[in-house]
Amino acid sequence: MQPDLFQFLWDQTCRQLRVGVSKPSEVLNPLLFFVMVVTLFPIGLGPNPEQLAILAPGILWVVALLSNLTVSGRLFAADFEDGSLEQLVLAEHPLALTGLSQVIAHWLLSGVTLTLVSPLFALMLNLPAQAIPVLMMSLLLGSFSLSLVGGIGAALTVGIQRGGLLLSVLIIPLYVPVLVFGVSAVSEAAGGGDPARWLALLGAFAAGGVVLAPLAIAAGLRISLDS
Amino acid sequence: MWQIIHKMGSPPWFYRFAERVLRWALPLVLILLVVGAVWGMLFAPPDFRQGNSYRIIFIHVPASVVALAGYYVMAFAGAVSLIWKIKMADTAMRAVAPVGAALTFIGLVTGAVWGKPTWGTWWIWDARITSMLILFFLYVGVMALFEAYENKAAAAKACAVLSLVGTVNIPIIYKSVDWWYSLHQPASISFSGSTAIDTSMLYPLLLMIVAFYGLFACCVMLNMRAELLDTHRGANWLQREILERN
Amino acid sequence: MSETLLCAQGVSIERGYRRLLADVSFTVQGGQLVQLAGANGVGKTSLLRALAGLGRFGVTGDINRPEALLYLGHLPSTKPTLTPLENLRWHPSGRVAKGDAAIIAALAAVALTGSEETPIHYLSAGQQRRVALARLWLSDEPLWLLDEPFTAIDALGAALLEARFVEHVDQGGAVIFTSHQPNRFGERLRVLELGQYAA
Repeated sequence: MQPDLFQFLWDQTCRQLRVGVSKPSEVLNPLLFFVMVVTLFPIGLGPNPEQLAILAPGILWVVALLSNLTVSGRLFAADFEDGSLEQLVLAEHPLALTGLSQVIAHWLLSGVTLTLVSPLFALMLNLPAQAIPVLMMSLLLGSFSLSLVGGIGAALTVGIQRGGLLLSVLIIPLYVPVLVFGVSAVSEAAGGGDPARWLALLGAFAAGGVVLAPLAIAAGLRISLDS
Repeated sequence: MWQIIHKMGSPPWFYRFAERVLRWALPLVLILLVVGAVWGMLFAPPDFRQGNSYRIIFIHVPASVVALAGYYVMAFAGAVSLIWKIKMADTAMRAVAPVGAALTFIGLVTGAVWGKPTWGTWWIWDARITSMLILFFLYVGVMALFEAYENKAAAAKACAVLSLVGTVNIPIIYKSVDWWYSLHQPASISFSGSTAIDTSMLYPLLLMIVAFYGLFACCVMLNMRAELLDTHRGANWLQREILERN
Repeated sequence: MSETLLCAQGVSIERGYRRLLADVSFTVQGGQLVQLAGANGVGKTSLLRALAGLGRFGVTGDINRPEALLYLGHLPSTKPTLTPLENLRWHPSGRVAKGDAAIIAALAAVALTGSEETPIHYLSAGQQRRVALARLWLSDEPLWLLDEPFTAIDALGAALLEARFVEHVDQGGAVIFTSHQPNRFGERLRVLELGQYAA
């Protein structure tokens, strides 16, 4: 990659972060969503700590996934609505890089912040302490993959009115591997096993995704703007 | 080779070609289906563990196999459409989706029916059934996306991208669901021992698989013809075609 | 001086099953000022987008356009929570990198001095429009494609814009814009009536 493409990726990511930070509620709302939905589980399932400890990996991961889903739909929406996306499509820089920069910025604001608050909720759900670093690691890697996959769905649906539910239909099936790897890693660690292979799989998925997803995102954005 | 692809891309040529093929292919497929079904249901020996209930595999397995293959066919058509911009590939892709989804659904229902006598419950989160369910969701996603776009040319392109993404993901999904299952369940319940199948059961099963592939191809062609009738209504070649017929 | 900046040949545009424009052909040279005119719904915006390379479904024909062009659509492509300075610093097309001094000068040119550091959702609609149009003062691209540049802008703003158009064209650039307002440029303007191409 030429240096000016790196520069472009960097500039675009900074721009997206600046825009994202200027609207704090869009960063905080997914976190609040995560907090509140996690709270629903002990209320729905009963407060038994042993039972919660068994279910904690699944609960935390499913809620993280849902939280990602709620924000993924907005990934390109603002840029589409104010016309920035048109300008990006006309730019001489590859659209795939633009898409990747949006995903990275989105991940830093949603996935990473969620990872940072997750230990608190792991404790509240009685997840064994030795599993917490693994939970954070798995969320960090996994949420990046989720954002990449979500980005594909968002790019394909950005031109569609009320595409939010449609987005869920498109990408939930594609989220499955990430969920399996993530929950397995945390469960393994909670049970005293070695989670390394699951984390490796999460890493592999993210690595494959970072190469392939931007291409699909670029194709999707192009289609959305051409229709 | 290139000429054939080019011809396939011409709606009038395909319309006539499909008619000629279907004239003999459809009866042939129906005969294969009847022969396979009768063979499997009446003449194949009962299974020593499951008795007669296993006979549903003569529907379940072909439907599931072809359903998965159908997704790849759809993605292939999508790739052709994106790379060579052949409009017929859009039509093909669109025609495959409902057929594939229907086969997946048949696979799921027969799996559930089979589960009742075998496991004593209608639904079990077995690795294969779960993968099948996700495959069904993937098909539904493609169809939902197509319906959501107003511009149908754009819809076809979007579906092509989505089905290609799905194609990359399907092996990963299947593998991950396998691992997930083996992590939670000892493999003892699984009846997937296809290695031990006797030839007296295997031959009718293979025949049924071939018949289902044929059925799939015929349904897709019929669907494509219907699609052409819709999108090209008013086109000159189509009117001539219909006038000649009557 | 007068190199060909844009060449459209046999361009037809369909939207859904409806044909908007049939067989539009024209060329635009440096130094030309072109207005796409016609009634509402005749396809001015669609043609302009097609010329820019957007909205390609349903567009047939050949369009030769330069690599670098400036397209400003109906939408402002500015972020309401950012200041004018920030908005212009990060041109969304990735072609950035004019220094802050140039941006401040451009904002002065559209009479927005003093509002450089105010998030633009505090500005009026007309002022926001000026922020978007300030890009014209920062542009090196020879070809400008502008959709309704004179809407939501007051008489002073329109005069500034006209002057900038003339300046750009005098430097060998070309401007293609849509508008159904009367001619502001006298003999310099070439009007392309789209009604004649309607199918």
